[in-house]
Amino acid sequence: MGQITLEQVTKRFGEVDVIRPLDLVIENGEFTVFVGPSGCGKSTLLRLIAGLEDVTSGTIRIDGKDATDIAPARRGLAMVFQSYALYPHMSVRKNIAFPLKMAGIDKAEQDRRIAQAAAALNLTDYLDRRPGQLSGGQRQRVAIGRAIVREPSAFLFDEPLSNLDAALRVGMRLEISELHERLKTTMIYVTHDQVEAMTMADKIVVLRAGRIEQVGSPLELYRSPRNLFVAGFIGSPRMNVIAGAEAARHGAHTIGIRPEHIDVAADGRWQGRVGVAEHLGSDTFLHIHDTGLADTITVRAPGEVGMRHGDRVGLSPRTDQFHRFDDKGLRIS
Amino acid sequence: MATQHSRSAARLMMAPAVVLLLGWMLVPLAMTLTFSFKQYLPLRGGDLGWVGFENYVRFVTSSSVWPSVQATLVIVGGVLLITVVLGVLLAMLLDQPMWGQGIVRILVIAPFFVMPTVSALVWKNMFMDPVNGLFAHLWKAFGLVPVEWLSQASLASIIMIVSWQWLPFATLILLTAIQSLDSEQLEAAEMDGAPPLSRFGHIILPHLARAITVVVLIQTIFLLSVFAEIFVTTQGSFGTRTLTYLIYQRVLESQNVGLGSAGGIYAVVLANVVAIFLMRIVGKNLDA
Repeated sequence: MGQITLEQVTKRFGEVDVIRPLDLVIENGEFTVFVGPSGCGKSTLLRLIAGLEDVTSGTIRIDGKDATDIAPARRGLAMVFQSYALYPHMSVRKNIAFPLKMAGIDKAEQDRRIAQAAAALNLTDYLDRRPGQLSGGQRQRVAIGRAIVREPSAFLFDEPLSNLDAALRVGMRLEISELHERLKTTMIYVTHDQVEAMTMADKIVVLRAGRIEQVGSPLELYRSPRNLFVAGFIGSPRMNVIAGAEAARHGAHTIGIRPEHIDVAADGRWQGRVGVAEHLGSDTFLHIHDTGLADTITVRAPGEVGMRHGDRVGLSPRTDQFHRFDDKGLRIS
Repeated sequence: MATQHSRSAARLMMAPAVVLLLGWMLVPLAMTLTFSFKQYLPLRGGDLGWVGFENYVRFVTSSSVWPSVQATLVIVGGVLLITVVLGVLLAMLLDQPMWGQGIVRILVIAPFFVMPTVSALVWKNMFMDPVNGLFAHLWKAFGLVPVEWLSQASLASIIMIVSWQWLPFATLILLTAIQSLDSEQLEAAEMDGAPPLSRFGHIILPHLARAITVVVLIQTIFLLSVFAEIFVTTQGSFGTRTLTYLIYQRVLESQNVGLGSAGGIYAVVLANVVAIFLMRIVGKNLDA
């Protein structure tokens, strides 16, 4: 079991409201991602759930029981830190055994669980090494191993992949997703990377300045962002935002259209000039200037497109894919 | 080749420093060695010629040698124990965020800047004086008979004075070490269910091992030659005569340079034995 409920939770550091009153339910077994720009309070929120910070007001329930004033160790949660926070003077085996030793579990059971975790994480050959002798990805696995052996009711991940290089990050992303499929345990994952959020989450919580902007599945957020902030944050490359006369024509203050929903067509409704063309092979990102709509319109054209800097180009947006927003930036459905 | 040239140029540039250092160390050492094989009594006939190992034999067979070695080791050990234990505690205290942190830290470091002679005199007259000292007043306030510190608890008093001087050094080194501890490690340990004492034992203390090693090594080197604190307080009486002080007495009070020099050579040997011993025990902490 691992259902976590936040009721009217707030956190202040001195005069600064880091978390505004906030309600959230994380269902048992769900993979929830907190995503937002830096300073939005996502890590603080995770630390509140972990118990490493005390809430200023509000209630945190774990499996229905009030856990607001329970010590971190007794909440039954395990956390993986951004810096991994491995104990440098202990071997991998001792690192993984540490929570078990602290819980007073007998030696045979400790060995059994360590062997199991090591096998699951491909760490069996490294058990007697020190963390300093491991690569970044291996350290990450040790940190996860230390969390797994406790058999927690939920895992908390605080930007666990941000110290890894890009290739390793994709690999670890898959491993964590697979781990979740296997364990079916609640996981809460903090990241500022919307790609991680989109690929891993069952449920994404978008945060800004201590407020929840929107909660939903990745595709819900992609299809119907509730406001301009979520629209800009979810999706890569970013959604094009157009104000003024073109927006008014659609009965909105601002309209948004994703780069993948604009087609290149010589007789297109919008005309512009190619600035930078990014050729990825599978796609080409065209940054179009001089359209009279916005500074830059980004277009994602499938496959290889033979366009160069300075070429004139016509664009044809798919009209059914426009997102309309009012003058407060809220979605008009 | 350019590198060959720059290498010989580097040697040339370093030569003055090396020569100076060698001279600084080797000349006194050579003179001490020479005197130690001579009967040399400045006020009673001066240089009376070579006597072989007689000075060495006389120095070790004297009844005051073993007590002095013992006193030296007790002082070094006592001061190390006090400064390391209190240093760790003080460092953890100073690491806490608090009001006036900067000023408090400077105050803590202050004793290190007081000259040994001055601090020993201040302790002797202000604190430990059995009539007017602060301790005497304190004892009297509780209706107790004041302790005559420097005669009744002479070794403990010296250890107290020297510890007071060296505690800032230990605290400073340990504080910088504690500040380099990743706070996420402590939080991870907290999540793992380690109570505060376990966190101290399993995370903080191992993290400090290297800094403690440095403190122990450096302090030992300086503490073996403690002199001023004894000179201005007990003058070596009441069991506070260390090896250094014994050598001083042989050379200046007995005016026997040869005998003192032999003692000096013993002191060099003792210091090296202690240093090797320490390196063996704690030096491996420096490798990791």
